[in-house]
Amino acid sequence: MNPDFLPSARPISRLIEEFNKLPGIGPKSAQRLAYHLLQAPPERSRDLAEAIIALKQSLGLCSICLNITDTDPCGLCSDMTRDMTRICVVEEPIDILPLERTKKFRGLYHVLHGVISPGDGIKPEDLHIRELLDRLTANSIIEVILATNPNAEGEATSMYIQRLVSPLGIRVTRLARGLPFGGDLEYADDVTLSRALEGRQEMY
Amino acid sequence: MLTIFTSDYGKVRAIAKGAMRPGSKLGGNVELLTHSQLMLARGRNLDIVTQAQALDIFLPMRDSLELMSCGFYLSELVDSFTEENVEDGEMFGLFLDTLRALSDTGEGERIVRYFELRLLGHLGYSPQLQKCANCNRILQPEANYYNPAQGGMLCRECGYPDMAARSISVNVQKVLRLWQRSDIATAGRVKLNAELVREIKGILRDTVRYVLEKQLKSIEWMDRLAGESKLNGNKAASQNKDNGPL
Repeated sequence: MNPDFLPSARPISRLIEEFNKLPGIGPKSAQRLAYHLLQAPPERSRDLAEAIIALKQSLGLCSICLNITDTDPCGLCSDMTRDMTRICVVEEPIDILPLERTKKFRGLYHVLHGVISPGDGIKPEDLHIRELLDRLTANSIIEVILATNPNAEGEATSMYIQRLVSPLGIRVTRLARGLPFGGDLEYADDVTLSRALEGRQEMY
Repeated sequence: MLTIFTSDYGKVRAIAKGAMRPGSKLGGNVELLTHSQLMLARGRNLDIVTQAQALDIFLPMRDSLELMSCGFYLSELVDSFTEENVEDGEMFGLFLDTLRALSDTGEGERIVRYFELRLLGHLGYSPQLQKCANCNRILQPEANYYNPAQGGMLCRECGYPDMAARSISVNVQKVLRLWQRSDIATAGRVKLNAELVREIKGILRDTVRYVLEKQLKSIEWMDRLAGESKLNGNKAASQNKDNGPL
């Protein structure tokens, strides 16, 4: 954008531009956020700026599970009350949050930081699969739970990892695929329905 | 954001809002490598998918890493060879038949090679397999040469001095000629040994790379998988040998 044609003073325009680069923030929302900060007390802007700077400065990857953390190892890996014999493999750090919210899994995680995507040129070496295998051979892991997203690339990645892990004599499981709670059978796609039928369970 | 290949409108880019949310009505109906019936609303820049119903999900293909990878390769191939909003019903039919064959027969390699040859033919890049592409003489039933830059096969006289030409065996010539004029079911019945498959793969890949002027990204992945399968196969064979009767 040519600064000569910017309708606002330069600091505001700059902030609008920066907000506009964030996902899900369009030009109107960016404008609203910038003017909101302008009118808010100065400490709010300072807190926000400090939080953003701290995000990059104090965070890194856990050397064990590769989750984003401010301590190494991360809180999950250093929690001795967790089940150290099971590893749940996820695509991205953000995938850990919904799994933790269920409070059903007390094991450890491993973050791949992506999925195999041949069309985009993303290969297994671009993910943290080697680190996963190193963890499996060095520790007494009895189960690997594959929790990649249930789409074509996620499935391919899971199948590939399963091939590498199974020969180690470790149990490999995949998250069940089926109908979402609150979903509608009428609108379910055929893959989901087929998987839901395959994975049907006895009612007690 | 989706790239959709349609029979009536060619390649179209559209947005499927909320498709990744659990419980979305679009969800798996707009998943990669799914044959779906879609309703699109015209947008200012991009169309928006408002309804989707999967017609074929090619389930057996999704259960095999090799077949799924073939699907990835085919979709990259189609994407590379098509322009947006150019209708091509014939290519759509060929792509759909190929995905069905992949899923139904479980034959990855052969189906992919057949698709490459037919796709090249459909787009006007069919390799010359009957006459020498250089001197136009009828080719003798013997090992000849092949150079995609020349447009296909070369006789021994023209091919021998051509440093870029590769030798092509009689059996591969026969298979390619048959595939050029047969449907996918007939093509699937041709018996191919590993050597023939390797030779056909080299020839067609060279041609695709020459026409596109680039190497497709998914090729590296396909080769890697094939290499690993072969390695595992050899390991299993050697283990069987070790465990065999003394």
